[in-house]
Amino acid sequence: MAVVFDRPKALCDVPLHYCPGCTHGIIHRLVAEAIDELGVQDKTIGVAPVGCAVFAYNYFNCDMYEAAHGRAPAVATGCKRTQKDKVVFTYQGDGDLASIGAAEIVHAATRGELITTIFVNNAIYGMTGGQMAPTTLIGQKSTTSPLGRDVERNGNPIRVSEMLATLDGPALIQRVSVHDVKHIMEAKKAIKKAFEYQIAGKGFTLIEVLSTCPTNWGLSAVESLKWLEENMIPKYPLGVMKEVQ
Amino acid sequence: MQRQMMKGNEAIAEAAVQAGCRYFFGYPITPQNEIPEYMSLRLPQVDGAFLQAESEVSAINMVYGAAGAGARVMTSSSSPGISLKQEGISYIVGAELPCVIVNIVRGGPGLGSIQPSQSDYYQATRGGGHGDYRMCVYAPATVQEAVELTQKAFDVADKYRNPVMLLGDGVIGQMMEPVSMPEYKMPVLPQKDWAATGWNPNSGRARAVINSLYIDSAELEQHNIKLQKKYDAIAENELLYKTEQLDDADIVIVAYGTTARIALTALRRAREQGVKVGLIRPITLWPFPSEVIAKASSSAKQMLVVEMSMGQMVDDVKLAVQGNCPVQFYGRTGGMIPGVNEIYEQIMHLKEGL
Ligand SMILES: Cc1ncc(C[n+]2csc(CCOP(=O)(O)OP(=O)(O)O)c2C)c(N)n1
Ligand code: SF4
Repeated sequence: MAVVFDRPKALCDVPLHYCPGCTHGIIHRLVAEAIDELGVQDKTIGVAPVGCAVFAYNYFNCDMYEAAHGRAPAVATGCKRTQKDKVVFTYQGDGDLASIGAAEIVHAATRGELITTIFVNNAIYGMTGGQMAPTTLIGQKSTTSPLGRDVERNGNPIRVSEMLATLDGPALIQRVSVHDVKHIMEAKKAIKKAFEYQIAGKGFTLIEVLSTCPTNWGLSAVESLKWLEENMIPKYPLGVMKEVQ
Repeated sequence: MQRQMMKGNEAIAEAAVQAGCRYFFGYPITPQNEIPEYMSLRLPQVDGAFLQAESEVSAINMVYGAAGAGARVMTSSSSPGISLKQEGISYIVGAELPCVIVNIVRGGPGLGSIQPSQSDYYQATRGGGHGDYRMCVYAPATVQEAVELTQKAFDVADKYRNPVMLLGDGVIGQMMEPVSMPEYKMPVLPQKDWAATGWNPNSGRARAVINSLYIDSAELEQHNIKLQKKYDAIAENELLYKTEQLDDADIVIVAYGTTARIALTALRRAREQGVKVGLIRPITLWPFPSEVIAKASSSAKQMLVVEMSMGQMVDDVKLAVQGNCPVQFYGRTGGMIPGVNEIYEQIMHLKEGL
């Protein structure tokens, strides 16, 4: 009997700890599939963030680091500079990347560091229990913006991909989503392309993936997918922000 | 071994290169800029890489990345920058990564001054970052010694899989002295089979995970117990100190780095006056030469600790002395360097009270 669905080799055979309905798991799978399809499992080194994906080192079946909060791009830089033939990626949440690690990602991007960043934007701090993230939408409730994010009080959310696209170092900056099958397929393509560009030495690559946090959004899994589509995509439009030919 | 005049910072950088350091990540800050400047030219010549990071925070995390890949790697900074590195140092210890961190200390607190100081003693010896940890701290008193200790630092780091700090004050970094660059020979060291270098599932080795997270408390306790055994071994094997004229000493000075050099001159002058003064110079600040200090204090009448701080190492001296004899302190701080006369006067003052 033909196998039509199996665990990618680049994913360990262990249960994931993510909450039911959380799309972190889908994104892990897409990254692992890309690694498998490119045949680079034995050359790939990943860097896990601090956030819900902190245990990514237990899931990606390749050499891994766990970095300090926000510093994954610096860790990846140190790793890649010592072994240029390796494929190095970071997997980071929006608090990790866009708040405490804002300097690290901007400078890795502008240097054109030959790494790939998978940036999971779920508009909230998942791991610490639903506090406001730099990406939390105006009006969105969080445990530290209980009345909804307010511009005067909390300032504006940040569009990371658009901002990084202004730099000269990146070879590919693209925002994708995983709220339905069509978009998951697109996300997969983008992630694979990012790794290909890294391997070709084109420059820094980042794929921003809009993702859900049913637990801290206070919604069911299905409602979360709908909320993402209706609220996040208008603020964080999908598409290629920068691509070098 | 040709002797040549070298500035302390440049000598430290060249010594590191000779010891096989191929990667350097740092951020400019006075008075250590000659180290990154030297490395920026030198490392590409030996197939290595220099990167000026966007901050000290990034620099230490780049060190984490390079050390995790098994490379010999160094970073350097001065006090405020070392403060910023503390979280990263704690992660490096937790993940058991070897690397060398140079602190060319300047006056604090805050932005302080750019002049020499020894006021980062607590930070260096107590584990300035969070968690239970220790690292070997070397305090050179000459440029030659800085060179030798830099090379040793890489070996000790690799041997124990722990960061090592070279704690020099601004004088050591900025002063020019004759140096002979030793021919570096790498001792037999453990294989870095734990490094993240890409994993082949058929290789037989386990997947490398460079990590300091142990979410299970019992596991974290075991990890800390394992680390503690390492610190115990460092304490047992790596202690370094020098003594001068201790045998008959009534007054024993304890000082390190530049201060110890000045104290030695004062000691010689006092000896000429017939005053029985000795000196203990810790070369490792951690591990600390408590036993030799304890022993000296059982026959001495006075201990005198001299530091370029408001008094930090003096705490460790008091712990070692355990009340055997009085412990006096003399310090200059903020970038002020104690003169020979000042220390000589302190000695003579103590002599009167004997
Ligand atoms: C220096 C430091 N500050 C704060 C924290 C606490 N912390 C852990 S995870 C996290 C937020 C993570 O949120 P995000 O990056 O959005 O990832 P998510 O959990 O949503 O996937 C914070 C603030 C920490 N571990 N280290
Ligand atoms: S808290 Fe949110 S982001 Fe974290 S695993 Fe649960 S649903 Fe996913």
